[in-house]
Amino acid sequence: MSVFYYHQDDINTDLLFPGKYTYQCSSGPEIKEHLFEDLDPTFKEKVQPGDVVMAGENFGCGSSREQPVVGLKYLGVKAVIACSFARIFYRSAINQGLLLIACPEAVAAYAEGDEVDVNPTEGKVKVGDRTFEFPPLPDEIMEILEDGGLLSHLRKTYGRTGSEE
Amino acid sequence: MGKTFAQKVLERAAGRLVKPGEIVFAEPDLIMSHDNTAAIIDKFRTILPEGNVRYPERLAVVLDHVVPAATCKNAADHAKIREFVEEQGIENFYDAGTGICHQVVPEMGLTLPGTIIVGSDSHTCTYGAFNCFAAGIDRTETAGLWVTGRTWFVVPETISIELSGFFGERVSAKDLILTIIGDLGAAGANYKAVEFHGHSVSTLRLFERMTIANMGVEMGAKLTVFPPDRNVMGYVRDRGVDSKRSAWSDSDAEFYTVHEYDLSRIVPVVARPHSVDNVVPVEELEPTRIDQIFLGTCTNGRLEDLGTAAEMLEGGRIDPSVRMVVAPASREVYLAALKQGALQILLEAGAMVLPPGCGPCLGAHQGVLAPGERCLSTANRNFRGRMGEPESEIFLASPETAAASALTGYITDPREVM
Ligand code: SF4
Repeated sequence: MSVFYYHQDDINTDLLFPGKYTYQCSSGPEIKEHLFEDLDPTFKEKVQPGDVVMAGENFGCGSSREQPVVGLKYLGVKAVIACSFARIFYRSAINQGLLLIACPEAVAAYAEGDEVDVNPTEGKVKVGDRTFEFPPLPDEIMEILEDGGLLSHLRKTYGRTGSEE
Repeated sequence: MGKTFAQKVLERAAGRLVKPGEIVFAEPDLIMSHDNTAAIIDKFRTILPEGNVRYPERLAVVLDHVVPAATCKNAADHAKIREFVEEQGIENFYDAGTGICHQVVPEMGLTLPGTIIVGSDSHTCTYGAFNCFAAGIDRTETAGLWVTGRTWFVVPETISIELSGFFGERVSAKDLILTIIGDLGAAGANYKAVEFHGHSVSTLRLFERMTIANMGVEMGAKLTVFPPDRNVMGYVRDRGVDSKRSAWSDSDAEFYTVHEYDLSRIVPVVARPHSVDNVVPVEELEPTRIDQIFLGTCTNGRLEDLGTAAEMLEGGRIDPSVRMVVAPASREVYLAALKQGALQILLEAGAMVLPPGCGPCLGAHQGVLAPGERCLSTANRNFRGRMGEPESEIFLASPETAAASALTGYITDPREVM
């Protein structure tokens, strides 16, 4: 497990996924090619399933494009831990079933090389040998996350039974 | 204890009393999407492979982001959207050339005061100028709304901004909202509703309120909203729409914070690269040469904005080192600017005029920037790489500052060239 730590506030969605590709790419593999392009061009090569991203305040501000979240989910990133998140980005993560943890203490505690582990059901994040708690999500939201995002959540109720399509 | 605008609107939608911090489910009155409708269709079809949109009459679809299509992919997306709206009987469909969604939706009389509007675009907050509860969402949630018609909202706390005084010469709404964002910061209103109060609100015309409401998201706001006063009711009358649901906060409503601004103290400002809250008065900026000026977007592409720029450029010549790109926000704006002569003046001064739409705002076409180039734009975002190469720079300013700078070739205080 690696931690991608960006010691910056206001990391916007243009840095995470440039606007010029918004109407060119929407699938996971296409998005991967440009994910974090203007923030950290090496990210897409290095990231592995189970990795964690950490950042400062207001992560994901700016455009409502959801490619950054779709990309992170596609690459198997386990969680993004930041001091705070921008509103639309936060909703987007729920809609894609990506765990976001707003925990400034955990971000502040991180030092290079620390192991980071998250336990969403208990509301705990471990950084090195310190453990921090974050408030649990409301039930309605947790349900969407547990179903793996809004589309699969709605498929359970509205879609035809099974997954024949 | 009195209630805020957001509380009242969500109470009505949820059919119960609510407090800030609570989650409520509600049915938005309007669900807007633009070129990203193509991606939404795909998502919608993973839930209902053959079914129909639940409330087609509540959808508005506007093609504006990359119009006319710049690539085969855009063209295919547009074609797919046209087919879908036809098949689903979506009447509020506005094809390429009508204009930018945030200009077209109000023009079509869809911004009913007191209603809830969501849009798969972050600047959906623009409709707060018309007393709407208007918030941006993503594509996936929009697909979900097409299926169910409802979504969740956290009842926000509310920031009040009180306005007094009048703008000085060549100072405008853009300078005010940039100043506010500079003060509060890019996350200063995160998750909050922002209400505008005070004596001077009634002096702000709708195009000015739209500029202000449009940029609320640049400080993280969920919505930005103006009162349903005479200006809004005039719009309601002119467009023949319904106003019965307008709402406003009680005089004893509790606000998270209150900020006061005296319009007479606002000066021309710019937001420097690469964040919108990096704001400085133009007069304090070191001499900054520019390669391109972009006058347009959902922030400042309206008739009054074009008119102001034309008035300042009349009889003058754009500095030869600068390219000036003008994109009227809609066909209605384009036509009116044509009839009033503003476009002729801008063209004679050396500008190029694009079709109504987002133009180069999102860096997809029609004026993208080369490495090292600098653009002065009347848009709402100056993030790195937004208009093309990551090594280019965007400064945000008012139409007045854009026009003044067009004449000189460097970022210029519009009060200097009056
Ligand atoms: S003009 Fe720019 S900010 Fe406005 S909707 Fe279009 S791309 Fe978005």
